[in-house]
Amino acid sequence: MKAIKVKEDFYWVGAIDWNVRNFHGYSTFRGTTYNAYLLVDEKIVLFDTVKHGFEEELLSRVKSVIEPEKIDYLVINHIEPDHAGGFVKIVEVIKPEKIFLTKNARLGILAHFHKENYPFEEVKTGTTVKVGKRTLTFIETPMIHWPDSMITYIPEERILVSQDAFGAHYASSGRFDDEVDLCELIQETRKYYANIIYPYSPQVNKLLKTVKEMNLQIEMICPDHGVIWRKNPEKVLSLYERWSSYVCDPRVLIIYDTMWKSTEKLAYAIMDGVLEEGVEVKLCKLSVTDWTELMADVLESRGLILGSPTLNNGLLPTVSGFLTYMKGFRPRGKVGAAFGSYGWSGESVKILNQYLQEIQAEIVHEGLKVKYVPDEKVLLEGRELGKAAAKKVKELCSG
Amino acid sequence: MKKYKCNVCGYVYDPENGDPSQNIPPGTPFENLPGTWTCPVCGASKDDFSPED
Repeated sequence: MKAIKVKEDFYWVGAIDWNVRNFHGYSTFRGTTYNAYLLVDEKIVLFDTVKHGFEEELLSRVKSVIEPEKIDYLVINHIEPDHAGGFVKIVEVIKPEKIFLTKNARLGILAHFHKENYPFEEVKTGTTVKVGKRTLTFIETPMIHWPDSMITYIPEERILVSQDAFGAHYASSGRFDDEVDLCELIQETRKYYANIIYPYSPQVNKLLKTVKEMNLQIEMICPDHGVIWRKNPEKVLSLYERWSSYVCDPRVLIIYDTMWKSTEKLAYAIMDGVLEEGVEVKLCKLSVTDWTELMADVLESRGLILGSPTLNNGLLPTVSGFLTYMKGFRPRGKVGAAFGSYGWSGESVKILNQYLQEIQAEIVHEGLKVKYVPDEKVLLEGRELGKAAAKKVKELCSG
Repeated sequence: MKKYKCNVCGYVYDPENGDPSQNIPPGTPFENLPGTWTCPVCGASKDDFSPED
């Protein structure tokens, strides 16, 4: 397997995982890649490694350019096992003179691999290392998306090696944004942001400001997953600007599950109400909906209407499971409401409202509960709930 | 009032600002934060904070 030339003396030497479909719970329907990069200057630099099991693919690509033992420096931008799983094996082969990483990355790598004698060299934001004609400039990016994370900028080439930021789980034979279907790439980039980066939106927003303040000229963005943004790096920067600012579309998601179709009847009535206001709607029944895909919709939808019947004084497990997952991403700027049927105790709406409060949603209705099966009057109330949510969504999205 | 830094992610708690995300009003010294308070960035506990130099 061969290296792919990105620019003069700069190569992609990563691995393509065509067949992964479950990445720690994240549904990777289009596979993924573990990207690593090689810079050949007076010093030879490898940026990141790959997931354990893919080391030979990386080494064979490196060998198509130089002998791996000639690598002088290893830069560890992120220590998660999909990038550093092959760390020990690669270090044992290349025997680098120095391994550049943040303090948190060193502590994290030690806690993973316990190799105190490796030649670690801690770097901070602003640390620069001259490698010949070119310079490595490190910028710490804590919590984008782990405490150890950093990015490396090469000013002479205007290349940003951005680890997981701006990436996508997307396997393809094309290595660049102009060699793949842009629509697919944006879908996967959105899904990646929603399921990995979303909780750290305030940090992303700050980083984008820092990049502007430092006046970094960015010709190419080289992330650790998916393709290299060569033709249109501004596109992914503008998407990150949008997502990290919680900009949403005027769309309502009705996220629910049902036991005997009473909650589902309410869901349809609410949908009718939203549509009466001329607002886009999506009905998402959790027993048949992929969580990872749904998060991509949550990211860009202003309205979240949650429904569950009461089961044993609580929510249906499909609903509580998804809401636990969703809550961890700290969605903000949402319009919310809750609904559900019950037989005797009827706690579900109260619990759903608590989830909405936790994500600081603006709740537009006290919640719609129905004992057993909704009649016309209750369905009418469901339509009113849908209309109220849609009106608020329109108001917030037009402002 | 002293600022405190999260050892995990580097977030700095500034008592002048408090932490609106957890309803901590401006002017609350770090020592007075409830034990249930966590780092608003990474979720680390209060014990994971050190006074800033």
